[in-house]
Amino acid sequence: MKYLCLIYDEEKKLGTMPKSESDAFMGEYFTFTEGIRKSGQYVAGEALQPVGTATTVRIRNGKVSTTDGPFAETKEQLGGFYLINAKDLNDAIQVASKIPSARIGSIEVRPIMVFDQQ
Amino acid sequence: MTEDAADAARAMVETVYRAESRRVLATLIRLLGDFDRAEEALHDAFAAAVEHWPSDGVPKNPRAWLVSTGRFKAIDAMRRRARFDASQGEVARRFEADARVSDDIADEDIPDDRLRLIFTCCHPALTPDAQIALTLREVCDLTTEEIARAFLTAAPTVAQRIVRAKAKIRDAVIPYQVPSADDLPPRLDTVLHVVYLVFNEGYWASSGASLVRTDLSGEAIRLGRVLHELLPDPEVTGLLALMLLHEARRLARATATGELVLLDEQDRSLWNREQIAEGQALVEQALASRRFGPFTLQAAISAVHADAARAADTDWAQIVGLYDVLLRVDPSPVVELNRAAAVAMRDGPAAGLALIDAILVRGDLADYPLAHSARADLCRRLGRTADARAAYQRALSLTRQEPERRFLERRLSEIGS
Repeated sequence: MKYLCLIYDEEKKLGTMPKSESDAFMGEYFTFTEGIRKSGQYVAGEALQPVGTATTVRIRNGKVSTTDGPFAETKEQLGGFYLINAKDLNDAIQVASKIPSARIGSIEVRPIMVFDQQ
Repeated sequence: MTEDAADAARAMVETVYRAESRRVLATLIRLLGDFDRAEEALHDAFAAAVEHWPSDGVPKNPRAWLVSTGRFKAIDAMRRRARFDASQGEVARRFEADARVSDDIADEDIPDDRLRLIFTCCHPALTPDAQIALTLREVCDLTTEEIARAFLTAAPTVAQRIVRAKAKIRDAVIPYQVPSADDLPPRLDTVLHVVYLVFNEGYWASSGASLVRTDLSGEAIRLGRVLHELLPDPEVTGLLALMLLHEARRLARATATGELVLLDEQDRSLWNREQIAEGQALVEQALASRRFGPFTLQAAISAVHADAARAADTDWAQIVGLYDVLLRVDPSPVVELNRAAAVAMRDGPAAGLALIDAILVRGDLADYPLAHSARADLCRRLGRTADARAAYQRALSLTRQEPERRFLERRLSEIGS
């Protein structure tokens, strides 16, 4: 099974972190990523630019409309993701609980949809 | 086969259904990997039993017979569907290969899968409402309508919760297993809370006219027994003890007309001695493990009450001591409130009132009716009638439970205006 771990952080909180702390935090991310690469669970993972850079696109009445920012204002913002291989949800939760942001933000774990090959 | 023997076989199907249907279902879910498929297979297996047992006789190993019949019926069904959907054929072939190996098995050779079922139904990735509904449906075999009635919800709402929960189990791949030793403590905690919520819903009935919805309490105790049999953890033992000790007072805690009777005014001859004896033995067993938690401590407090032949004989010092330990293990404002009430009994109403006021000043239990009725009771005993009246009125405005409301009104009229 593949699961997408969506990482939600408070950008404000991360932005105001002292440099020593944010360096340590990034260090934890490197160690974590290294760990799931070695265990074979890593499929992909990226960090995102802050929500200020986001553009939302939708088509209404055949017309493309673009708006600044994410769909909804929330306390926590999507900051990155990992796509992982896991045996089942328990296994995926194990991995997600080790993502550094799980301690200060939250991780949404979503199973990847598998389409039947007809 | 004679008519009598056929009747006996039909009765046997019913007996086996009551005793074994959940175990058979739990195993079918493991074998077929899907709740709905397993339920259909269970239904088909019992239908086959009704058809065959009266003429062929009851099989030597009824449980094993039902499991293997259910499994073959499921494979048949999948094969029929395979005519329209090729992927079903693949699944059917896979299950068939598995099924051949374990033909003609004895009952004892089939593992008891009910723990897997309980842990899956109470998986923390499901909402608490869904955990309760799914557990009552799958583990206790209550119908959707029964669950809805017990929780004063609409049946379609309950049905939808169950459907969603099953879909999540399937689509997010919640594994059908008992958690590993590392995961067990928090996962067991969730299970015990589900059982206790079911019990309390039956015992306290958070709203509505009836004080005790016995069926739910009974189901929770049955669940507690299954857990106790399959997973001998001290807190499982403690929870079963707690439920039995509470249940033992059921007849005494309400009058025939449904009026609430407080512990110190209960007719103790109505207490169920058998349940108390069993509960007390279980408490001792759990305490002896030295690995006990909050459920065992609450059971121990209940056991001290049960020890007193009259309310006046209650060992309040021991109860306060147990609350002290409970507050360390599982601190909460409600436990603090209960401790304050025990202190009032040990050291007098003024001491208890000071503690309750301290909790209320913090604002923790400002909307909790029992905090205000406890405060009212202590004010009444101290002769502070105006304060007592105000506190009873506050409690009255907060309570959602009909018998509690009538109790508070009675108290209000007793202290006069």
